[in-house]
Amino acid sequence: MSEHTITFEIDGVEVRASHGQTVMVAADVAGIYIPRLCAFDGLPPYGSCRVCTVKINGRFQSACTQPVAEGIIVENETEELLEFRRNIIDMLFVEGNHFCMFCEKSGNCELQALAYRFGIAAPKYPYMFPADRNVDASHKDIFIDHNRCILCARCVRASRDLDGKNVFQFVGRGPGKRIAVNAQAKLVDTNIDVSDKAVEVCPVGAILKKHVGFTIPIGQRKYDHEPIGADIEANKQ
Amino acid sequence: MQDTNDLRKVVIEPVTRVEGHGKVTILLDEENKVKQARLHIVEFRGFERFIQGRPYWEAPVLVQRLCGICPVSHHLAAAKAMDRIVGVDTLTPTAEKIRRLMHYGQMFQSHSLHFFHLASPDLLFGFDADVAIRNVIGVAAKHKDLAVQGVMMRKYGQEIIRATAGKKIHGTGAIPGGVNKNLSIAERDEFLKDIEQMLEWSRGALKIAKDYTVENLEMLAPFGSFDSNHLSLIREDGAMDLYHGNLRAIDAQGKSIFDQVDYSDYLDYISEDVRDWSYMKFPFIKSIGPENGWYRVGPLARVNACDFIDTPEAEAARKEFMAVTDGKPNNLTMAYHWARMIETLHSIEKIHELLLDPDLQGTDLLLKGDRRPEGVGLLEAPRGTLFHHYKVNDDDQVVMANLIVSTTSNNEPMNRAVSKVAMDHISGKAEITEGLLNHIEVAIRAYDPCLSCATHALGRMPLTVRLLDHEGNEVAQKST
Repeated sequence: MSEHTITFEIDGVEVRASHGQTVMVAADVAGIYIPRLCAFDGLPPYGSCRVCTVKINGRFQSACTQPVAEGIIVENETEELLEFRRNIIDMLFVEGNHFCMFCEKSGNCELQALAYRFGIAAPKYPYMFPADRNVDASHKDIFIDHNRCILCARCVRASRDLDGKNVFQFVGRGPGKRIAVNAQAKLVDTNIDVSDKAVEVCPVGAILKKHVGFTIPIGQRKYDHEPIGADIEANKQ
Repeated sequence: MQDTNDLRKVVIEPVTRVEGHGKVTILLDEENKVKQARLHIVEFRGFERFIQGRPYWEAPVLVQRLCGICPVSHHLAAAKAMDRIVGVDTLTPTAEKIRRLMHYGQMFQSHSLHFFHLASPDLLFGFDADVAIRNVIGVAAKHKDLAVQGVMMRKYGQEIIRATAGKKIHGTGAIPGGVNKNLSIAERDEFLKDIEQMLEWSRGALKIAKDYTVENLEMLAPFGSFDSNHLSLIREDGAMDLYHGNLRAIDAQGKSIFDQVDYSDYLDYISEDVRDWSYMKFPFIKSIGPENGWYRVGPLARVNACDFIDTPEAEAARKEFMAVTDGKPNNLTMAYHWARMIETLHSIEKIHELLLDPDLQGTDLLLKGDRRPEGVGLLEAPRGTLFHHYKVNDDDQVVMANLIVSTTSNNEPMNRAVSKVAMDHISGKAEITEGLLNHIEVAIRAYDPCLSCATHALGRMPLTVRLLDHEGNEVAQKST
């Protein structure tokens, strides 16, 4: 079996992929960036944030979960999909308490970087300013700021699949859904360690290592000079 | 006390060409005699409350959002307090000097902004000149060179802030225990290229402020002036030090009230009074009490309180300044402008000195020590002594914050100045013109108040004047 056995199209560009690859992975290899938040290299696809939504043969699909198939026509950078993604990012901003101005994740935050990439200067939806989000600073090395959690479940999956610990899980439903550690417990009551993958994978400033703060100067942060996705687009032949 | 219901009320709201939002009310009796004049600060923000629960390393970045004019002062004062929290009493030479450079850059840009853009229209055109030209546009039209100098000096200071803090406004350079970057050779050389020009313009601005004060001394001496105590940080050898030192308070004659007090003990020496008509508190020296213990801070207090300035040109200027009052403290409200320009020159001399120091290119940026539950950080902000005080719990969350902002210390003095000018210039006048009311604003502006900071509030400080009769009906209104 040859390495590339499937050929399909993204925005009119022919892309070759292997059986079993997702549209997102195949696009990455081809240097085509499909925006994402819950997807993360090394974690199984989850398909919850819907930022990677593309149109496949005219139907909305999440690129991170959809396997490639011969001859499919994928739409990625159409105005319709850009607007769809902008709306999702907008909603994520207003649903939590995201104050980039004093968040130490600023410049390294994937949500903020996506907003910049999509040219979102301010959300168009009204802020919800939820008042029930707290900070769990009980652990000596790690803290959780629930104000900034976007429920991407990266920490849930990383703790379970990569750290083998199951520290995080969701509780509640709908607007009441939130990340929790072992039901009623605090972070200090769990077996999480600062070197765990679950601490590394948070795309926003919700799970952070303590005492790091603003040690990376402005100008040396991940997205200070290049937009999110530029590393993938650099693969383009 | 006379029933205030029988009095007419003049309201200046908002006060213009100052930072923040406030109003002045003047109560007049039937003969138009001033019975009471007050500066009210009408903003409220509550930073001290909403920092609670946040991790301590966030404080220097969060609290600077109090202000867009001198955020660096809050950034550095909070960082100094957090140095104490992380158990660091002495920073590495590179960290200390980078922070000082940031601070002098801040002082330079803030003082330049105030002098050239906020204060100069009054000084160049007169307190009651046509309001159409008595503004920064008028300055730009008639004195283009000065307007340009103001812009360029401000830009130079802002660029220094950008190079040391990462951004011109609301950067992240100072972190608990040190800084997050040094100054590259390329950045240094860029600043050195223009340093002579900045020195030259600072000398020029100082000359304008000095000549104006000396030439108009007869008119300015009583203008909003009064005797007061003065408070400032001071270096151990008595030198002016805008970044760090111990507390010194002197009275109006220069007699020591306290000296070389470790600022961590400030609560033993300073207290705050609350009055029901203003959101801004009234700090006072405890040993004297609220009635007479109020004091001035800022350029005038610093030049009065120090024994000397450790840069040659500013020291020569200080001696000239002190000679006017025979070496005694200068208690003239309008002398603030002259003192401010002495500090501008001092700041650029300091910047020059620092730029030539190879420590700025050092790589030892951060220290760590044993965690403490409490930290106090003070510095001399452009507008005066700035107090930051925090308590942090075992989970690294801020549980208490107390800020005494420069303008808050100047609250009582500004009210005295307003009162004095109202009595001297408005009382008994049949007609109250815009020019007369601007006299009140001129006195307030001398203090370069930042009312946003003072109430930890947000906004600009425009001023409207409303003239009300004794029944509270509006007779006239002036807006700018």
